[in-house]
Formats: sequence, structure tokens, C-alpha cells
Amino acid sequence: MSDSKIQENLQKEDAYYVNMGPQHPSTHGVLRLRVGLQGEKVIHVEPHCGYIHRGIEKMCEKDTYSQIIHLTDRLDYLSANTNNEAVCLLVENALGIEVPERVKIIRTILDELTRLASHQLWWSVMGMDLGALTTFFYGLRDREKILDIFEESTGGRLLPSFNTPGGFMHDIHPNFVPRTKEFLAYFKKKLPEYNRLLTGNVIFQQRTKGIGILSKEDAIAYGVTGPSGRASGFACDVRKHHPYSAYGMVDFKEILYTEGDSFYRYVARMDEMWESMKIIEQLIDRIEDGPYTAKMKPIIKLPAGEYYQRVETTRGEFGVFVISTGDKTPYRMKFRSPNFANLSALDYMSRGFKIADMVAIMSSLDLVIPDIDR
Amino acid sequence: MEKTSIKMGLTEKNDNIDYLAAQVGAKQGEAGFFVTTIDDVINWGRSNSIWPLTFATSCCGIEMMSAGAPRHDFARFGIEVYRPSARQADVIVVAGTIVQKMAPVLKRLYDQMPDPKYVIAMGACAVSGGPFYYNSYSVIRGVDHVIPVDVYIPGCPPRPEALLYGVMKLQEKIKNSDTIMKNRTDEADNDFI
Repeated sequence: MSDSKIQENLQKEDAYYVNMGPQHPSTHGVLRLRVGLQGEKVIHVEPHCGYIHRGIEKMCEKDTYSQIIHLTDRLDYLSANTNNEAVCLLVENALGIEVPERVKIIRTILDELTRLASHQLWWSVMGMDLGALTTFFYGLRDREKILDIFEESTGGRLLPSFNTPGGFMHDIHPNFVPRTKEFLAYFKKKLPEYNRLLTGNVIFQQRTKGIGILSKEDAIAYGVTGPSGRASGFACDVRKHHPYSAYGMVDFKEILYTEGDSFYRYVARMDEMWESMKIIEQLIDRIEDGPYTAKMKPIIKLPAGEYYQRVETTRGEFGVFVISTGDKTPYRMKFRSPNFANLSALDYMSRGFKIADMVAIMSSLDLVIPDIDR
Repeated sequence: MEKTSIKMGLTEKNDNIDYLAAQVGAKQGEAGFFVTTIDDVINWGRSNSIWPLTFATSCCGIEMMSAGAPRHDFARFGIEVYRPSARQADVIVVAGTIVQKMAPVLKRLYDQMPDPKYVIAMGACAVSGGPFYYNSYSVIRGVDHVIPVDVYIPGCPPRPEALLYGVMKLQEKIKNSDTIMKNRTDEADNDFI
């Protein structure tokens, strides 16, 4: 063992260990962190997973591809629609089915609405974690308007289960287009308000600037994707680099920063909301009449082989890997969840900072725990 | 919902003593005092200030947050201040799946709560295991295997309105209960732990 390794182990032995979670309001779920402290300084963080391990990957092996949709909803429940899309795209690509243009466009709009709703919730709870309860009320007030659109068209507020292999369960509501436009006009006025409330706040900036710095190399090494990775300069936007659905048809900017601290992870998400609105605006008038689903066989069987499909969820790259033996259920299904990779960097990022800063770092990573444990 | 807001059960003006007396089931005396039973007064107080524990494990937690947010605002019903500590909470809203690793933690949290304590099982997972009832090796099929439940709210996830209705049902239950509580731990189904 090298000297530095011995030194590190000695430090770990001397550390005072504190449990954060599994029931802790700032872990946003049931994550348990064993935090090694020296005074107030964090020297070591050990995440303990499994407090919400539901065995979804194993359950998928018993389910058909249309049934799996209802389980992927419940992985990362804040980007439920996007998770569903990953499975649908995988099945469609494996069978070589071309979905109608209308489906592609609506899927993209729903994805971006999901992203907006998720970022609104993230903004709300990030403020709350850092002691500003006001943001919770402002963020969720606007989020309800997106949920209304979802409820009307898909039938579900939070977990729509609207996508199926080939298209959608049913057609969208006629109000979908006018209400989305109405929301965009409304939210464009409200987003600057978010910035006035929180971004410029001195206390907020002092608690986030220079906290939890992650360099580009480390972001790539740990596989930190999504806005968290892009704030470190890692160009990892799947929508840009491997376009799926209608992302190839639209013009949008990949938000990149190089600072990589908690504040810039925050700024990256705030900027992403503008880009999401830009994408929806470009597509909302291009929804044409037509079928809402491609012709599919009632029982979907994938040809034997291995398949992988990735999408960009709100928190980063979500991947689905399937080994099929030609049966109607997958032989093995593996999810590459963005939160798991993002969490792995938490230990590295929090070292040397105070324990109170851990809350800021965790909030800026925007972890969803059921996605980590699956 | 915004157009016809529920007036917290108020049917008449709040500031007259007749109203207050009626709320606690009292008869008003002539000299401006009233007589009631201790049960009625205590239950009235308890049912209108229920503090929930911040305990969300998965998707239902988001709907629980929505219920506390401006649109649904369950502070109107007195269920308002989320307490991060079990020692300050009256009700534990089990919002989400409970798996085998989490069950001992949930049991401990419940034991840490002071009496009288109540449990709301929110969502299909907490009621029966929900979508994970079949084929899952780690999910507890219903939180009532671990702690006794007062109100079950079905749905996956239930709408915030459903949670509000569940809370109103819990208030009804509290209002009709005895002040001197039975020892709740005897009721618990302790076969898990």
C-alpha cells in the first residue's frame, strides 16, 4: 500500500461517522449516507443503497415489453415519460418499425414538458434544502399547469404510461396544443421571476459557488451525465449527439459550462428550461393529423440478440440494455440509470467540504433514489 | 378547486362562541362559559393540528408534496408542518414502496413517535405492494405487515385530492375516538420483525 493510501485509511479510522438518512428530508428519498467527519469537515462519504430496491430489473424478465412500460415509469418518476420512451424506442428499433411523424413530434414535446416539470420541482426543493421555503410554493404552482396538460392528454398526472411500443395508448386531447402554448406564454414570464428570487440571492450564491467542484476529466471518469456533467464541460447531451424522436428536426443549444461547481449545475438547469421551451415552440405547430400509433402485432417478440437504447432524461443518460432469446419477455434487462453514476461522484465531490455543504451538493445533483436502487 | 374552495368545514361565522361551543360539542352557559367533555375538546384539538412526518420513499412522495403546495394546500385542514423528526410528528404518511431493508427503519420511526400516533398508507405500494405485488422478491406486500394503519388511500400514485380525503377521514376517526388511547403496539402485526 502506498503512503497516501495508508494516510487515507488512517484518516478514515479516526473519522467520526454520522448517518445521513435513510429518513432525511434532504436526501429526497431513502438514501443513506455514512459520512466520515473530522470536526465539521467531510473526509469520506459512503452511500448505502437498497432502501428502495424493488427488484424491477428482475421483474422485467417476467413481463412482456408492453408491461415493462409501467415499471420504467416508476424508476425515475420525475422523467417517467422519457424512461418509457427508451423502452419503446428499443423495441421499435429492434423490430425496424418506423413510427409516424406525429408520434415522434408529440413524444418530443412530452419529453420536454417532463423536463420542465422536473426542473421546476428540482428548483423548488433546492431552494427548500438551502433554507428558502418560498421557492417550494412558486415552483410547484407552475408545475401544476404542466401536470394539467399531462392529465388531460395522457390520463396520468405524474406517471403517464402513455408511450407504448409503436406510438401511444390513445390519441392526445384536442386541448393539448392550445394549452401547451398557453403554458409557454405563462412560463416565459415566470422564469425570470425564478432568477430574481433565488439565483441572485447572496446567501444562495455563497452556499453554492465553489462548492463540490467536479472537473471535466472526473465527470467523464465517474460517468456524470446530464446537466450535472454539462456544468463541468462534458458534452454528453444524447439529444444532440445521438438524436432520437424529433430532436434531429429542431435547433437547440447544448448548455455547457466549465466551472463544475454547485452553482453552475444550478445555472445549467435553469438555462436548460429555456432550451426546452425553445424546442417545444419549434414543434408545437408541426403536429399533423394522422395515426397515433404504428401497426404493431399484439404480441411483441424481439429477435434473439442484444439491444441498447439511450435517451436523455432530466438527470442524464438513461440506457436500456436487453438480451433477447426471441421470446416475448426479455432474457435480461439492465438499466443504466443516470442517478447511480451521478451518486458515485458524491464521495469525491464532497471531500474537504463542510457537512452543511453536502446538502447543497446533493441538491445540485438532483438525485432520485428509486432510480439508483431500481 | 380554486373557484369553490372548501371552507375548512365552517358553516357559520367563526368569531361567535356558539360556533366554538358547537365544534367541541358543548352547551353554552349563561355567563359566557360552556360545559363540555374532555374527550370532545381534546379530539377537536388533535384532529385539527396533525403534523406529518417527512417520510416519502418514492413516487407518492411527489404527490404528497403537491398536496402541500399552493394548488391543493392541505394546510387548510390543519395538517401542515412537515416534521423531519419522528418525535415531533403525529401522523406518518407512508408514501411509497416499503422494501425489506426499509421495514425495520419504518418500524423504528413509528416507535419513536409519541402517542397518539396515526398512520396513513398512501398509494398502492403501501396498501398492498401495488405493481410490485407479483414477481418481486424484496417488496413488503402492504405496510400493515409492519405497523398498524388507520387510513388506506388507493391509487398509483393517488391524486393530492385523494390524500386530502384520506386526511379528512383520519380527522373523522380522531374525532370519534377515546382520549385515553389503547396501547397501540399490541395491535401491531409484529410478524415481520
